[in-house]
Amino acid sequence: MTKAISVSGLHKSFGRTHALDGLDLDVESGEVHGFLGPNGAGKSTTIRVLLGLLRADSGAARVLGQDPWADAVALHRRLAYVPGDVELWPGLTGGEAIDLLARLRGGLDRKRRAELIERFDLDPTKKGRAYSKGNRQKVAIVAALASDAELLLLDEPTAGLDPLMEVVFQDVIGEAKAAGRTVLLSSHILAQVEKLADRVSIVRLGRTVQSGTLGELRHLTRTTIEAETERPATGLDGLPGIHDLRTLDEAGGRVRFAVDGGRVDAAVRKLTEFGIRSLISHPPTLEELMLRHYGDELAANGHGTGPGTDGEPR
Amino acid sequence: MTTATATPEAPAPAGPVAGGNALAGTRTLIRFALRRDRIRLPVWILALFLGTLVTAGNFETLYGDPEDRANAVRTMDSPAGLAMSGPRHYLDDYTFGSMLGHQMLGFTAVLVGLMSVLVVTRHTRAEEETGRAELVRSTVVGRHAHLAAALSVAVLANLALALLLALGLAGMGLEGVDAAGSLLYGFDHAAAGLVFAAVAAVTAQVTAHARGASGMALAVIGVAYVLRAAGDSGGNGALSWLSPIGWVQRSYPYVDNRWWPLLLCLALAAACAAAGFVLSTRRDVGAGLRPEKLGSPTASDALATPLGFALRLHRGMLAGFGAGLFLMGAMYGSILGDAEDMLKDIDQLQEALDRIGGAGVAESFASMVMVVLTVVAAVYAVMAALRPRSEETAGRAEPLLATGLSRARWAGGHLAVAMGGGTFVLLLAGLGFGVSGAASTGDGGLLPELAGAALAYAPALWVTVGVAVVLFGWFPRASAAAWAVPVYAFVVGYLGQILRFPDWMNNLSPFGHVPRLPAADMDWTPLLLLTLVAAGLVWLGLAGLRRRDLETK
Repeated sequence: MTKAISVSGLHKSFGRTHALDGLDLDVESGEVHGFLGPNGAGKSTTIRVLLGLLRADSGAARVLGQDPWADAVALHRRLAYVPGDVELWPGLTGGEAIDLLARLRGGLDRKRRAELIERFDLDPTKKGRAYSKGNRQKVAIVAALASDAELLLLDEPTAGLDPLMEVVFQDVIGEAKAAGRTVLLSSHILAQVEKLADRVSIVRLGRTVQSGTLGELRHLTRTTIEAETERPATGLDGLPGIHDLRTLDEAGGRVRFAVDGGRVDAAVRKLTEFGIRSLISHPPTLEELMLRHYGDELAANGHGTGPGTDGEPR
Repeated sequence: MTTATATPEAPAPAGPVAGGNALAGTRTLIRFALRRDRIRLPVWILALFLGTLVTAGNFETLYGDPEDRANAVRTMDSPAGLAMSGPRHYLDDYTFGSMLGHQMLGFTAVLVGLMSVLVVTRHTRAEEETGRAELVRSTVVGRHAHLAAALSVAVLANLALALLLALGLAGMGLEGVDAAGSLLYGFDHAAAGLVFAAVAAVTAQVTAHARGASGMALAVIGVAYVLRAAGDSGGNGALSWLSPIGWVQRSYPYVDNRWWPLLLCLALAAACAAAGFVLSTRRDVGAGLRPEKLGSPTASDALATPLGFALRLHRGMLAGFGAGLFLMGAMYGSILGDAEDMLKDIDQLQEALDRIGGAGVAESFASMVMVVLTVVAAVYAVMAALRPRSEETAGRAEPLLATGLSRARWAGGHLAVAMGGGTFVLLLAGLGFGVSGAASTGDGGLLPELAGAALAYAPALWVTVGVAVVLFGWFPRASAAAWAVPVYAFVVGYLGQILRFPDWMNNLSPFGHVPRLPAADMDWTPLLLLTLVAAGLVWLGLAGLRRRDLETK
């Protein structure tokens, strides 16, 4: 597969703030790539560099095989962008803004435009100033999807959408993927990325800290196991890769612990020695992935520690 | 998530808050507004105060001996002189005091009006438009508190200026500038400021946008100024009595010291403020009196081109300035005939006219008017040229520039409208002036002559746009510095005539190089050079825009 986006060692500073500090990102053609990170991690800055709106201080970036700064205009005809905070022209209607954006990009599929407006339940005759945040977001989403872009750059596109519209959005992105388009979806809404993304990259403080398929990432993390045994399970704390072991009742018949991806087998074998009555295992959610990466930050702010300590099954 | 320990500042007690107290919280809002304007307002007040003092001091050097003052009277006693100063009654005894009232008051009244309008819109409509008012109104704040606070701040600022002027001028010890006159002179400013603050209180209710609200109020100031200019320069001054600026000028500080015209101002201000409060109860928070209309669900073909799109964004302002300048030109044109009749018999006039430019009476007057019309057109040009900057900071450039639209074409669309539209409003000003000038003098040849005279300023207008583009491309945060061009052009082109600035100051302004048609002869060389300079500046500015980061929210 060819790479739709390849970025390596990207640096960008604004005055004394280092927004990007050696960021890497690879997006294969035809995949939906989740771009995860907390606010201020550098997601929007990266996307703006990919759009040629900002010029990187150093590092290499290629989008669809072209240089995003030098070939910006030619490139923009092949991609569509939805900003996280859409601002519209107060005097233009939503329909006019959709047409304007799509046609300046180089074309508009009228049928698809009508269908999308219908599905997103958008009134295209209202003036820009009359739209709520969610409706402004819909305008940008419809404009981006109504044209035949090869690559969609979506920067937290569903901020402000209600849950029903969120579902519509997921369907629409699924269709785009089926049509062979590449999607870079930045988000801090984990459930969304989890449903849509083939692969994810997690960024933090302007750097990519993790990248891979969800399966790969899960492998790197811990599964939470909750077990009820006939006899109190002992000796688990002696096993390598077991964390946060807790006994949930007086007798010690119920335990909960987190175990590293590669150690699940050993841990379960050990449990069988005590006669398993019930066994619940939780695969790590993206939330836990993120918590693990940002755990130290949260801990520093006095918000508990890493994964597993909150431990409530979900 | 965060358990912030910082306690929010406790809301100041706003007196006994009854359920229906529409003014609850006004005092807190006043203090808040004063805090937000703690730099802006003092700068305004000090600039007006010091500007007046410096000018008064200048009078002493310029018109030290009686012979100079007699010369000044002869220059001023012409339609052109009276149009740009004040009523003729001041000329009867032209002391330094009456010079202040005559030459400065009309001009500073406009600036005080501008200050008051901006204060009121900033603390009312602008707050609502950004949604901050909603947040504040959800607390214990009465329905009328915002408007009452904004008007109070305007009153305080105007009173502060009035007292400063009264004390400062009286303290200068100039001949003819006494304490009683200074007190009235100071309060003339406050009276004019109050009227326009109250006008803004009305316009802030009408549209949902701060820019529209201040624009409408500024248009009222403009009309008030043009009415007094027309009334003072020709006829019997009846038109001046329709203008609040005319009223304060007719209090004749240092001459007659009559206070009653200020009562007219107070009455009008009270009426407008009351209207503002009443109107504000007839609308929702954030909405204007005019309801939002629905629009077309699809874009026309023209809209999807950079130029068509820019025209769409600019059309309201373009139409407003076009109509305004046409009317302004027509008003000046209507007194052109009077001007000629009035001056025909006066012999000594020739000498005074030589200083203005030579040629005939009407032509010299016309050249003077042309400077004023051009500066207004330049204000339009700068506003239009800075539009891409406001689009950028509002975050509306970003989605456009992520399409197949290059930066140069995007900005180019706006600049084409700024330059073409600027030329268009200039032409309309010339046509308005020409049509009604030709009618009032019975000289049909004036129409092409005056329209041509206006168009001669187009290259200087383009240079103004060019300066704005360079700032936008290379120093975007300093874009507003482009305002210096029309402001400077006004100061040297208009006040410079009265205060007799040296030539080099005139040459610094692009407008200073334009031949002063119709009084002077046509000269193509400076126009060609200005056009080349404009082209170079635009090229340079776009080159800067191409290589810088887009500023994003």
